[in-house]
Amino acid sequence: MTWLENNSDWVVELTIQHLFLALAAIVASVVLAVAVGRVAYVRPRVRQPILAAASVVYAIPALPLLIVIPLVLGVPLRSPTTLVVALTLYGTALLVGTVVDAFSTVDAGVRDSAVAMGYGRQALFWRVELPLSVPVLLSGIRVVTVSTVGLVTIGALVGISSLGTLLTDGFQRGITSEILIGVLMTMALALALDGALVALGRLLTRWQPRRRRRARTPLGSTEVIV
Amino acid sequence: MGIEFRNVGKTYRDGTVAVADFSHVVASHRIAALVGSSGSGKTTLLRMVNRMIDPSNGTVLIDDEDIQGLDKVRLRRRIGYVPQAGGLLPHRTVVDNVATVPVLNGTSRATARGNALDLLTLVGLDASLASRYPAQLSGGQQQRVAVARALAADPNILLMDEPFGAVDPIVRRELQDQLLRVQAELGKTIVIVTHDVDEAFRLADDVVVLRTGGVVAQSGTPQSILASPADAFVRDFVGADRPERTLTTTEVDGQRLVVDADGRPVGILR
Repeated sequence: MTWLENNSDWVVELTIQHLFLALAAIVASVVLAVAVGRVAYVRPRVRQPILAAASVVYAIPALPLLIVIPLVLGVPLRSPTTLVVALTLYGTALLVGTVVDAFSTVDAGVRDSAVAMGYGRQALFWRVELPLSVPVLLSGIRVVTVSTVGLVTIGALVGISSLGTLLTDGFQRGITSEILIGVLMTMALALALDGALVALGRLLTRWQPRRRRRARTPLGSTEVIV
Repeated sequence: MGIEFRNVGKTYRDGTVAVADFSHVVASHRIAALVGSSGSGKTTLLRMVNRMIDPSNGTVLIDDEDIQGLDKVRLRRRIGYVPQAGGLLPHRTVVDNVATVPVLNGTSRATARGNALDLLTLVGLDASLASRYPAQLSGGQQQRVAVARALAADPNILLMDEPFGAVDPIVRRELQDQLLRVQAELGKTIVIVTHDVDEAFRLADDVVVLRTGGVVAQSGTPQSILASPADAFVRDFVGADRPERTLTTTEVDGQRLVVDADGRPVGILR
């Protein structure tokens, strides 16, 4: 572990970069997925096309996407924007279906009586439907979070630095501990963010009766692609 | 004054006629009950008053004003609404549920909560329940909260859609008594929908018995309907021939005992 001692500053710097790239993509994914999912939920006619499109987007291979995005948006290949946009596409695609499910779980009787109380369209969405869809929404956001933290590493392949840089650099120079640190730090970051989401979820869903234990951290779906 | 249904009808796009042609006036400060079995259109009629459903023809007037010209959301905020069981907002505490409409109307949360606590007392709930979530209450307590919530903006009109249908008979009776006490104090114009004739007779000043499609079979006071049912349908629906409605007196130990057709004691005649 002398490698770590000699490079701790660099690891910290890469972790912070990794964190910001992941957070930007996660936040953008959630906002976009809620917006698109809302449309899909409200208009059943476009629901299937939207969900099908989401599957297709998720199936696009990452490397070509990282090359196409700069061409389309006119940003430099190595710009963090490229990676954030790509990860946002994946995150949104992954989350849209869950958003539709989340809105569907809001009790029709509750919605109906809220309307009868005098909730307008906006107030109904922000103060009734969104808070009530949090439990399901959050389970989807946890999956996207862990998956995005893992996916950030692929940016290293086109020179966007993150903990993934430790993986590419370690492979090229044959430093096993560097690779190991890269993997462990990525996993630790995913776990930390997941933990933060669980805490946030507890705070937002105190109203839920007898919380049932939800599926454990979906770390199995973490993709550390090198 | 009050609520007037003027030749209202509701036909759905698939051709289903929920209500054919219904006219009735609900007097101010009285309790009117719409009773009928499922398919009688009673809930459809109730929901026309706060424009949860718009009639396909005819007009609904509140204090002689056609509500079709009013803004739906504003209209709903000045009409209290008690839904069937489970209509409370599960993510809001009891006090915040009661404060819902005042807060929507722009009252400060602190003021609205203060008034909400008074309303909890009015409907017979302990203020210590204020910070609970609906799921932590019994069904009867939840419906009391729903009544308090409906009264929070001090509406003139209260609409109740089978409000006590999902609670057990003993609790239902308590809730009915509570409603009558509240009504004696506040004197709202109340429309209650129920399939339970006993409930309609216990609560309402004015009962409308509906057949399928919102056809009025008979309307009047509970007394007049029980005393002279218009036809066999009403007679059967209100159970005029049921053992517990056909009472006789008998003398026991020097007291005149009222008994039902099965000989079960109901009370003592004074």
